Amino acid sequence: MNSLTADGLRKTYGKTAALDGFDLAVPSGVIHGLLGPNGAGKTTAVKALATLIDVDGGTAQVAGYDVRGQAAQVRRRIGLIGQHAAVDEILGGRQNLVMFGRLFGLRKAEAQRRAEELLGVFGLTEAAERPVSAYSGGMRRRLDIAAGLIMTPAVLFLDEPTTGLDPRARNEVWESVREIAARGTTVLLTTQYLDEADQLASRISVMNHGRVIAEGTPDELKRQVGGDRVTVTLPPRSLVPEIAEKLSAAVGAPAVVDDEARSLTFEVGAGVGALADIVRGLDKVGVAPEDLVLRRPTLDEAFLALTAGSPSPAPPSPAPSSSAPSSSAPSSLAPPSPAPPSPVPPSPVPPSPAAPRSASSSPASTEETSR
Amino acid sequence: MMTLRAGWIMTQRELAHWVRQPWSPIFGLLFSIMLLLVFGFLFGGAITVPGGGDYITFLLPGMLALSMMFGVETTATAMANDARKGITDRLRSMPIGSASVALGRVGADMANSAVELFVLILGGLLIGWRITSDPASIALAVVLLLLLRFAMLWIGIFVGLSFRGEGATMAVQVLVWPIGFLSTAIVSAETMPGWLGAIAAWNPLSATASAARELFGNPTGITEGPLADWAVWLALAWPLLLTAIFLPLSARAYRRLRA
Repeated sequence: MNSLTADGLRKTYGKTAALDGFDLAVPSGVIHGLLGPNGAGKTTAVKALATLIDVDGGTAQVAGYDVRGQAAQVRRRIGLIGQHAAVDEILGGRQNLVMFGRLFGLRKAEAQRRAEELLGVFGLTEAAERPVSAYSGGMRRRLDIAAGLIMTPAVLFLDEPTTGLDPRARNEVWESVREIAARGTTVLLTTQYLDEADQLASRISVMNHGRVIAEGTPDELKRQVGGDRVTVTLPPRSLVPEIAEKLSAAVGAPAVVDDEARSLTFEVGAGVGALADIVRGLDKVGVAPEDLVLRRPTLDEAFLALTAGSPSPAPPSPAPSSSAPSSSAPSSLAPPSPAPPSPVPPSPVPPSPAAPRSASSSPASTEETSR
Repeated sequence: MMTLRAGWIMTQRELAHWVRQPWSPIFGLLFSIMLLLVFGFLFGGAITVPGGGDYITFLLPGMLALSMMFGVETTATAMANDARKGITDRLRSMPIGSASVALGRVGADMANSAVELFVLILGGLLIGWRITSDPASIALAVVLLLLLRFAMLWIGIFVGLSFRGEGATMAVQVLVWPIGFLSTAIVSAETMPGWLGAIAAWNPLSATASAARELFGNPTGITEGPLADWAVWLALAWPLLLTAIFLPLSARAYRRLRA
């Protein structure tokens, strides 16, 4: 039984198609990730499913009701958590929850009881009386999520819930999302971060230009994207091509060379082992690297891989240098490392202790050997 | 019934704001009182009222009408803020109707303006304003003033929903001044150049100001023209007309959020 289905949704703003044949099928009780870059149409999709906007074409059902014809029934069964923490900043946390509870139709006493419960669940009891404007970003987000859960919705929409949060606050939000799903609510989570979708979602739809371009479990997608990347930045005046060749041999993977940045990037299956190989290789050629970073594929790389479709070489990849991730938000996926030269590889691993590292043996992939 | 209830909850939200941040409404009141003092004492000495009469007594009903008109800014800002912060979207994703959202605004803003009116009337009486009419006329004057505020409310909702950027809020804040001053609220239209006076006389604000003067038994500064004979009727007709235009426009703007 699907809690969410969308079939060929279309929505055009002027000449841009924000949704261009958007399809989705999400079974009940799971977390489904909707992954895509800025402007891919994620928010438009969420707004269409949450009955906030009228689509131009296609059909969608949420919790068994048609979003176009039965909007009122849909609204009784959903929670929406948008990109801004949509809570009243002047009021306290408790006041917010009671107000929204009463607006949902709860009687005052009921709304108060529910507010207490949610404040407890989200660790906000102590801050309940403080005005929301004095909350930290993470607390505000948690209150926002709590407000979306007052009626224990069948379907919860979370639109980029961790954008702009520091790593600690992000972990808090992730924890909340997992708990929500554990209680049986279907969650549609949009995100720009592969890592976030990986952490939370059981299935991911990758979205670009208003439609889903790939779908699968995180592992399936990662197999398509390829394994971890190791980037070595060489000191000035190195013989880059020569070193690239030797390291390639040591790692057993071709190097993507960026002459400008004097960096070599290798796609490696199991990152940590490869890191050791590279360090040994560097030792052998007697080069002390300026920087050495182990990281997950960036979203850019993921998209290139996913949109490439065929094994033919992908179009010129965006310079996979350590300074390039284009997203300005703190990317948990590819920590930009303008870090000072350090002999120890800065841990690019997202602050999640149990990050399931992809152990896939990067299949003959879209990696390109540009030289 | 549901709509009324939700509207009341939204009103309570606003009342809770006052308790949480009393300085915000208090500052608004101080601002109105400051305007009153500036015009009453700073400029007032240089102003004569056509047809005779004390300037403070002439000014006060005008200031009451002006403060009702300035309310458009409060409404527009509140609507735009809710839209910008995503609160409007949250409300729209909930099973409550658009009428509830509007009713909440009506309740909150009318309560706010009623308090403001009361304080300004008290302040006026303290600086020498006198009411020389019967209670029924006084009541009618207050009703007409609040009616103007009611009309401004729908303009504010329309503007706040249609133009959500911070720039639009600023535009409203700036525009209310020339529109407010190009009326008989502060000076009589008869002291202005002919064409300007004609525009000022047709300003809906002038109708309310003149009607309030008449009903409070204060000098009107009017010796001829439609305002001399029809002020009360115009003060009834203008706000009703504005409401008839902007209430449907507001409803349409709310629906168009779905576009």
